[in-house]
Amino acid sequence: MKSSAILGRREFLKDAAAIGGGLILTIAIPPAMRPSLAASAAPYFAPNAFIRVDPEGIVTLMMPMAEMGQGVHTALAMLLAEELEVPLEQVKLEQAPSDDSLYANPILHVQSTGASTSIRAFWTPLRQAGAVARHLLLTAAAKRWDVTPDSCLAKRGVVIHISSSRQLRFSDLVHAAAALPVPSLDSVPLKHPSQFTLIGTSARRLDTPDKVVGRAQFGIDMKLPGMAIAAVAISPAFGGRLKSLNEAAALAVSGVRQIVRLDNAVAAVANDTWAAKKALAAAAIQWDDGPNGQVSTAQIIRQLEEASARPGAVARHDGDPDRAMASAAQVVEAVYQIPFLAHAAMEPMNCTVHMQKDSCDIWVGTQVPTLTQVQVAELTGLPKRAVRVHNQYLGGGFGRRLEPDGNLLAARIARHVDGPVKVVWSREEDIQHDMYRPCYLDRMSAALDVHGNPVAWKHRLCGSSVYSRYHPNLIKNGIDPDAVAGAAQPPYELTNIHVEFVRVEPPGIPTSLWRGVGPTHNIFVVESFIDELAHAAKRDPVEYRKSLLTRNPRALGVLMLAAKQADWGRPLPARWGRGVALQFAYGSFAAQVVEAEVGVDGRVRVHRIVCAIDCGMIVNPNTIAAQMEGGALFGLTAALYGEITLKKGRVVQSNFNDYRPMRMNEAPIVETHVVQSSEPPGGVGEVATATVSPAVANAVFAATGKRIRRLPIKTLDAISKS
Amino acid sequence: MNLTINVNGTAHNIDVEADMPLLWVLRDVLGMTGTKFGCGAALCGACTVHLDGAAIRSCVMPVGNIAGRAITTIEAIGSTPQGQAVQRAWLELEVVQCGYCQSGQIMAAAALLASRPDPDDHDIDAAMSGNVCRCGTYQRIRSAIHHAAGSRRP
Repeated sequence: MKSSAILGRREFLKDAAAIGGGLILTIAIPPAMRPSLAASAAPYFAPNAFIRVDPEGIVTLMMPMAEMGQGVHTALAMLLAEELEVPLEQVKLEQAPSDDSLYANPILHVQSTGASTSIRAFWTPLRQAGAVARHLLLTAAAKRWDVTPDSCLAKRGVVIHISSSRQLRFSDLVHAAAALPVPSLDSVPLKHPSQFTLIGTSARRLDTPDKVVGRAQFGIDMKLPGMAIAAVAISPAFGGRLKSLNEAAALAVSGVRQIVRLDNAVAAVANDTWAAKKALAAAAIQWDDGPNGQVSTAQIIRQLEEASARPGAVARHDGDPDRAMASAAQVVEAVYQIPFLAHAAMEPMNCTVHMQKDSCDIWVGTQVPTLTQVQVAELTGLPKRAVRVHNQYLGGGFGRRLEPDGNLLAARIARHVDGPVKVVWSREEDIQHDMYRPCYLDRMSAALDVHGNPVAWKHRLCGSSVYSRYHPNLIKNGIDPDAVAGAAQPPYELTNIHVEFVRVEPPGIPTSLWRGVGPTHNIFVVESFIDELAHAAKRDPVEYRKSLLTRNPRALGVLMLAAKQADWGRPLPARWGRGVALQFAYGSFAAQVVEAEVGVDGRVRVHRIVCAIDCGMIVNPNTIAAQMEGGALFGLTAALYGEITLKKGRVVQSNFNDYRPMRMNEAPIVETHVVQSSEPPGGVGEVATATVSPAVANAVFAATGKRIRRLPIKTLDAISKS
Repeated sequence: MNLTINVNGTAHNIDVEADMPLLWVLRDVLGMTGTKFGCGAALCGACTVHLDGAAIRSCVMPVGNIAGRAITTIEAIGSTPQGQAVQRAWLELEVVQCGYCQSGQIMAAAALLASRPDPDDHDIDAAMSGNVCRCGTYQRIRSAIHHAAGSRRP
């Protein structure tokens, strides 16, 4: 098997595109890798925009990606430290400034942390950045000793002349290294994976020590001299407008500085949050609901049902499914439907802005600093460079902070405020003015031969296209590659297949990215339906899938690993069942087996989730396990409880009482088994979220014989074994 | 109104409305931002602090009700034996992901260990189910509480 260390750049590009799992991936060389022109004049050694080594020997990594719990600050630092030959603890992180020209994610082409791309995007660039720096430090030492570079080696921040045992610390070499010409990237060989000493280890996370003592600074923790705090109320119906408010009553609240009126929102600006909240309540705001004041979820689902009668844009067409369908032994049909979902990150939306005449400073934890910068520059007319985004830790992202809407709202408020203002949303505003994972409706049909094997597969999916708004340049022939991810390329051998997408935008509710959109939707549908086919064929769900994977060894590998570790086939108590699901998404293969119990009252309790993942080369196995644990619980929460509904244009749910998070007493054990692989790395952040909903639905079927075709499971009638 | 509150062993004279929840006194008035805002309605536990050693939700506790009593926050819990054991276990078991809820989780766990030095899973569920973690760190929290209890066993 090829290893990426010896792969040429072109070949890596091609492989990276092939592992996209439906997404179009092309990896560019980040401009930050260009040799730094000012290097020789600088007081420190900075061979490119990612690295700075100062004369005290401190290595600073200009961190291009945002840390929201996924462990990327540690993992990216590991890539650099491995090649630079410094201990991980010696790498200091500094959040890179907002600058797409230097720090764009090479897959997403913008400085964006999302789509489980960070490791895939920076796997090669950050190792190269480290290797080039090490090469220059080593060359500088060799020059000083008047020996050849290949008679020296670098280790733990020191260059050693092997035969004489002479040593120089990196700090001693900063000025000499800075004066050397920076070599081209591909002229410095990268380590073979067998030489890795850090990559592949469960290195301790760099962000944890500050997070257990309350010292880590999240966006919401900003403190600035003279800073005001604003509470905000946004029109409860999307697209509504402010009609009136009692400003005098609001200003009468002690500690209130001013009331800011926007066309669709009101902000109470005060000395503290409590005064701001009281002022909003006192303002007795009246809204004009606008065009969406009557929208309901039932209406949106009716619209999807109607749309599902129409053909859509073709995402995949192989063979002749209609002909195969006509002559089949058995035809299976099913309709699936999934709800809108909020993100409900633990840190409510917030953003601190100091708007001045010639500049604007923004402190926020965001997945999209440069998108924020661009939109605030457009709003204010300031040049982009005058809008500075200071990124902080994110108290959860899950795709919510891929949208700059909250940052833009804060900037609109800050234009009316003298001095810095921290705008903090209540939990209710956070849930009721989210941008939601779309709801979808899917029509499935398949034909089976006499052995029960699928000879035709048809999938018509209907719902919102987030990328049509967010990444319009990625839409080709009406196909949103994210909306069809997991549907267009199921891992199975399906020779006659037709997959089509009917785009339907729901009125009165904004849709957006989540911890997976296409995969959390389509893998539920595909993996539930393949389970239905196995049942129709009277075959075991694992054996049935296995028989369709003879040409997909990595998918087969994770399926069989999960089944083995989960004791697939071992008898369970009454009303318990095991369900399996498999996926290829974000460049990784994953399978899960869920063990669930259905109470006589119909309550579903998941006891155990076994995950098997093949994400190519492993950077930090403990982080992979953490992401499998967290991703599975995030998906399970949605599968069991998650649903946002609309009534009279308003989101009905408002806080953790009616938009239920999973709690500790309900949480299953999640076991992770990682396949050792020398394939290029895949993503992990969103992987486990998508697989869990079909796995739990299939487990409920195994326990009760009741097929779940609509999420969340709570909305079904009580399930009990007759 | 003028109040004196005792936070982490230090007396603070503050001039605030008596109905202001302790959370906003800590964060906005005293600038102690380790205690987090999550829901404002005692539904998520992100704002958990100790009042005379017991875990409370500071987002719904009017500051006027607690004048003179001992408040402990995440910034000082490491100076108690339970808090220190919990923080160490959190590090050893690499519990944390985004970290936003973890101040509250650590405060709830430290209070649990102070009242039950060797809790079983049922005790842990009872003490910790009011603390929400959207990153899904529950199984590591459970293990870390057992680990912290074990490290304090004679």
